[in-house]
Parts: sequence; structure tokens; C-alpha cells
Amino acid sequence: MNDPQYGWWLPPQISAHGDDIDLMINIIHWFMLALFVGWSLFIVFCLVRFRERPGHVAVYQPIEARFNRWLEVGVAVAEAAILIAFAMPVWAKVKTLFPINDTNTIIVRVVAEQFKWLFHYPGKDGKFGRTGPEYYADDNPAGLDFDDDDGIDDITVRGMHIPVDTPIIARLVTKDVIHSFKIPVMRITQDVIPGMEIPIWFEARSTGKFQIGCAQLCGLGHYEMKAKFTVESKQDFQRWLDEEHSALGLD
Amino acid sequence: MSEAHAEMGFLRKYVFSTDHKIIGIQYGITALVFLFFGFCLMMMMRWQLAYPGEPIPLIGGLLGETRTDRGAMLPNFYNQLGAMHGTIMVFMGIVPLAVGAFGNYFVPLQIGAPDMAFPRLNMASYQAFVIGGVIMLVSFFLPGGAASSGWTSYAPLAVIATTGQTFWLFGMMFLIASSLLGGINFIVTIIHLRAEGLTFFRLPFFVWSQLVTAFLLVLAFPALQAASVMQLMDRLAGTSFFMPSGLVVGGEQIAAVGGGSPLLWQHLFWFLAHPEVYVLILPGMGIVAEVIAVNTRKPLWGYRPMVYSLLFLGFLSFGVWAHHMYMTGMGTTMSTFFQITTMIISIPSVIILTCLVISLWGASIRFPVPMLFALAFLPMFGIGGLTGLPLGLAAPDAFLHDTYYVIGHFHYVVAPGTIFALFAGIYHWWPKITGRQMNEALGKIHFWFSFLFMNGIFMPMMFEGMAGVSRRLFDPTIYVTGEAAHGLTIMTSWSAWGLALAQVPFIINFFWSMRKQEMAEDNPWQATTLEWATPTPPPHGNFPETVVAYSGPYEYSVPGAERDFSPQFIKQEA
Repeated sequence: MNDPQYGWWLPPQISAHGDDIDLMINIIHWFMLALFVGWSLFIVFCLVRFRERPGHVAVYQPIEARFNRWLEVGVAVAEAAILIAFAMPVWAKVKTLFPINDTNTIIVRVVAEQFKWLFHYPGKDGKFGRTGPEYYADDNPAGLDFDDDDGIDDITVRGMHIPVDTPIIARLVTKDVIHSFKIPVMRITQDVIPGMEIPIWFEARSTGKFQIGCAQLCGLGHYEMKAKFTVESKQDFQRWLDEEHSALGLD
Repeated sequence: MSEAHAEMGFLRKYVFSTDHKIIGIQYGITALVFLFFGFCLMMMMRWQLAYPGEPIPLIGGLLGETRTDRGAMLPNFYNQLGAMHGTIMVFMGIVPLAVGAFGNYFVPLQIGAPDMAFPRLNMASYQAFVIGGVIMLVSFFLPGGAASSGWTSYAPLAVIATTGQTFWLFGMMFLIASSLLGGINFIVTIIHLRAEGLTFFRLPFFVWSQLVTAFLLVLAFPALQAASVMQLMDRLAGTSFFMPSGLVVGGEQIAAVGGGSPLLWQHLFWFLAHPEVYVLILPGMGIVAEVIAVNTRKPLWGYRPMVYSLLFLGFLSFGVWAHHMYMTGMGTTMSTFFQITTMIISIPSVIILTCLVISLWGASIRFPVPMLFALAFLPMFGIGGLTGLPLGLAAPDAFLHDTYYVIGHFHYVVAPGTIFALFAGIYHWWPKITGRQMNEALGKIHFWFSFLFMNGIFMPMMFEGMAGVSRRLFDPTIYVTGEAAHGLTIMTSWSAWGLALAQVPFIINFFWSMRKQEMAEDNPWQATTLEWATPTPPPHGNFPETVVAYSGPYEYSVPGAERDFSPQFIKQEA
């Protein structure tokens, strides 16, 4: 695990869909730069060439400009190309192709509250215990129904662990206000809306320790609503799960 | 007319005035004060961001124990400042200055009308604006302070917030009422009170921009007015428009009936707030078009396409609001629709900007201070518009959403964009309003330093956003991304304080030129539009004789004409 490098441009990228997003961001910025430099050069040229001076008069007749048509059509075509070739397919992949039939997929329930994240794993039986808002309590931050046997082996922790190269489905819920689940290195942002459970999926390509933040103003402690995000090898992840299980006293 | 415009006492003339010019000045001064106040709030935030946890110099000790701890800002106060900075700048600064002040003063003059169609409605609109503004300011002194849930006031956070939020909602109701009264007045005035001969396609572009803006105000604001009443009911009357069931806040079950949707608030809010973006920018474009036409000494290139683009912008601005909500979990069909409309709406903006740029070709360009601001508007608005592209597409937005990139983007549109346009307007029309010229040297100092520091503030923000730093964080350095980009944060903060200093020459110029500068002629820029046909400053009733428009708005450098400008109000010998 190398220390990830952060700076004044895009942070490290370890997400399976992240290369597409970064490519789009880069292409759009080159496009923007080209337009901006073109416009600016034209403006500066005009300001010098057509400055007021003795003997110089403005031309009343509108010039026959063709390049503005080219520019407008060019912008429209470029935008359409970006939209059709990148934006729509990438977004469709991110939002709809959920890996539900992949037996490796790991499902995590993420519970947001002012001002912490909680990560709820189904445990050895692979089944989440029954949950509901009426069960939330200080000693039950995941809102588990203790009468449900499926929930006995459930793991609830404050930091997220996931194995590398494995599809993850995170089911996001919030107890109180709107939060937003943001992992910059995964190129993910997803609002967590009260009254809804919103699933997202992602897959990490390399291991490391990173941060999860809240991207939606959620009150006084909004700024410190962060959690650790650990991507580890499949073996390390299994070892971590086993340790958490023994901590529950179930082995 | 003459009876209605007889001499009046001080109160009737300056305080409870129905004269559109006095109301325009009232709006202008009030809005400038609010703008400055909103700017001060931001400067305090910039201290906390650059030097987190350190006592605020000079004023840290004066803010009180509920806001600061030993002079250092508390998160609660930071959130209040953030919410109120946004609210004040948008609803109490830019819109009243762009529409209330410039619109009020110059729309009747540019269409050759003696006043607005409904002078008393106009007065009521200003009064509602002041009441709304005062409610907002007073809320700082409530226990718990002002609203702190962002200028967007998303439910449920805003519903469970302290009393400041109730004041925010009441304040908004007055501000919205003010804009609605103003909007109706503008529409009727522009349609009914145009001078003889002033057909729609002889209207100055500024008047067009105000007409479209007025429609946006009238059609979009009722959604937020209704939403504000609903949120107020949720807070005070136990309804649950925006509150789902089963919320647990700080370990306590919330007693809301439930069944409401927090997303409903977002839809209603953004249904207003996206057209609002165009309310912020269109009058600015209008002013820039006027100033560029006058100082290039030639007709605007592509006047008609510009007008059509304006209408198209206004129409389409009602169909893009949900691009603020890609990250709420909307389905791909919905997001595809809003991505397409968002890409389409960029085209008319490109057309208007391109027409203004091509207008420079073949010109004879003068460089007085208003022209400098208008020229700077072009690339600055360009950056603001272009950086909207990655945000308008859902996939890049998945990374950029709620980062400083967003803040940089919309500030480029509104701050070096609209505010520069408003400065251009102030310098351009100052001689008409006051009868005096503004000092050129002070104006140039004001311009160059403002230009430098505006970019010093907002360019680092784009990079900060690219580095993944989230907005609305009381202390971004607790994240690795914020720590790595902290140099940019400091650069931004110092630029912000530099920008404050850069306004000093403007403030001096403002007061000094009112008294000391040389008197201005009636038409000092040799311009063509109708406002220059009035005596300077224009008397109550505006035009001593009825004006008639004989030609289009920008007849400059007409071949064969005696002078390089042929005003609309003078019949040309054929």
C-alpha cells in the first residue's frame, strides 16, 4: 500500500468506473481551454487592431462572419458527442448495471446520522437482520430488531472495509437529515435522503486507506462527518471479517 | 402629466417616492449596502478557512460568546455566515441592483416613458424588499442566530433548525413579493409604455433582457413562495410536506406526522433557483451589450439572434432545474432528459457571447472605465459558462458535485460576471443619474485590482474543487484533500481581502464625484438610445417633450451621417 498522493488536481483514482469519469473531465477541460483561448485571442486581437485612433472609423455594415456558425455548430456537436459517447453510457453503467447476479458481490448497509457514518454488514449468514427506525437507540445505531435471528451475527462498524476487485453494493439510509456519501478516490457522490433507501454500486481496483466524507450540509458537525475507507486484499478483508465475528463472541 | 409631477416635500420626494428614478436609486443604494454586508460575512468565513481555529483579527472579540470561542469562529456561526452570504448576495444584492435599480431607472428612460406603468406598485415593491432585508438582518440577533441550513434551506435540516430559519422564510416571502410586484410592473411597462415608433425590434438589448428577466421572476418565484409557506407550516403548524416518517434526530424520534418528501422541497426550490440564475445574469448581459455598442461605435453584431437567444434562454431555463439534483438518486431517464436540456441551454449563451465578441470586429473601440468592466465580463462569464459543462453532465458531476469547483463556477458567472457588468452600468450611467462624471483614474485602479483579485479568489477554487475539496466545510483541512489544497485556500482568502481593498477607490469615487467632479453633458458618451434624450439628471416625468423613436437602437457610424452616432430620438435627413 503506497501512500496516496493528493495535490491541486484530481486525487488518486481507484474505482472501476473512475477512468471513464476522469477521461471525461479531462476531455471537457481541453475542449473548454481551446474555446477559451480561441475567444481570448480573438478579443485581444480586436482590442488592438480596432482601437480608437485618429483616422480610424468603425464599419457600419455587419461583417459576413461565418466562423460564428462554425463555432456554434462546433460547440453543439462537441457537446452532443460528449453526451452520447461518454456521459450517457458511463452514467448508465454507474447507475443501472447493478452486479446483483454476481455471487462475489458484497452488500453493505450504510446508515448516516448527524455526524457519523455506520457500516452494517450482514455477517456470516449473509442475511441482514430486520431493521426499522423504531429500534434506533444509543446501543443500537443500526436500528436492528434484536428479536430477529438474522441480525445476531450482523457487524456494525464506524469505518468501511471492502475487498479489492469485488463489486460492492451500498444501501444508503439516513436517520435524520440529508447527508451525502462521498468518496473522492472512488469518484462517487450519492445523497442519502430521509425516507428512502438508495443503493449504489462500485468496485475498487487497488488497495489503500482513504476517506469518506459527507458532501451535503447536515448541521453543526457536518465538516467532521468523515469515516475511514479501507480497501484491502480479499484475504485481509476475510481476516478482518473473522476478527469482527469473534468480537461478537459467535465463534 | 404636469400636475402629477409637481414639486413635493422631502419625504414624499425621497422616501415615499413613486418616481421610478428615485425608487431606482433607493434600490441601488440599499442593494450596494447589502452587497457590501454580504461580502463582509464572506471575509470572516475566509479567515476561518485559511487559518482554522485561530482568533479572527480585530473583530473576533466583538462577536460574542455564542458565535466565537476566545475570538475563534464556532461551526454554528460559520454555517450562519454561509447561508446568509448566499441569501444576501442573491436575493438582497444582485437581483435588487440589476433589476430593482438599473431596471427601474433605465427601462422607462430607454423606452421613452414618463414612469413605470404602476408607480405605487413600484414603491410597494421597494418597501417589501426593505422589510424582507431587515427581517433577514435582524435574524442574526436571535437566540441561535440566523438561518444556518445553507441558502438552499434543504428539508429536513431546515425544518428542525432554530428560529433563524423561520425569519429566513418570512424574509424570503417579502423578498419574493417584492420581485413579483416588480416583475409584473416591468412586463406591463415594456409592453404598453413604449414611445411612438419604438417597435420591439428597436428596443435596446438591455430592455429585452429586463423583459425576459421579469417573466422569469413572475413565473418562477411563485414556486418558492408556495414552498416557503409549506416549510413554514412544517416548522410551525405540524404539517409534514417535506418530512418523512420515522426520523430520529440526536436519539429522539421526531414527532412529525410523516409521509412528506425532502425531495419535493428540492424540486420546488430549484424550479425557482435555476431561472434565478438567469435573473442574475441576463440584466448583466443587457448592460454589457449597451456599453459595448456605445464604445465600439458600431451597431451590435447580430442583434436579432441575440434577442431570440435571450427568449430561448428564458424559456428553456424552466426545463433544467433538476441538474442540481443528479446526486439525489434520480433515475437515468430523468437525468438523461436534464443532461440534454442543460447542454442545449448552453448554445444560446454561446450565441450571445459570440455576438458580443464579434461586435468588436471592425469597431473603433474606446476604453473608458465602463468599457473595461464590460470587456472583462466577456472572458469571465466565459469561464463561468464553460465550467458549467462538466457539472451539467451527471458522470463528471459524480466527482465534482458539492466541491469548490461548483462554487468557483457559479461565482465566475455572478461575481466577475454579473458584478462586473453592474459596475460597468454604474460607471456608464453615473453621469445621467448624478449629472457628474466619475473620476477615470480612480475607476481604472478600481477595475484593474478588482480584475486581479476576482481571479485570485475564484481560479484557485476551481483547482480546489478538482482536488476533491467539499464545499460548506467549517474546516476542510481535516480531510486529506483539504490539507493538500490548503495553499489554494490561503491564496483565495488573501485575494478576498485584497478585493475588499480594491473597492476603496470605488467608494471614494462614489462620494467624491457626486460633489467635486465636473458636470456631465446630457449625452456624454455620444450614445444613441432614448435615455440620453433627457436633461441631466432627468426631472420627474423624464422627457420635457414626448419622444419618438425614428430608428433602431444602435445606429453608430452610419455612412454619410454627420457624426458617428445617429440617436434614435433624432429624425435623420434621408
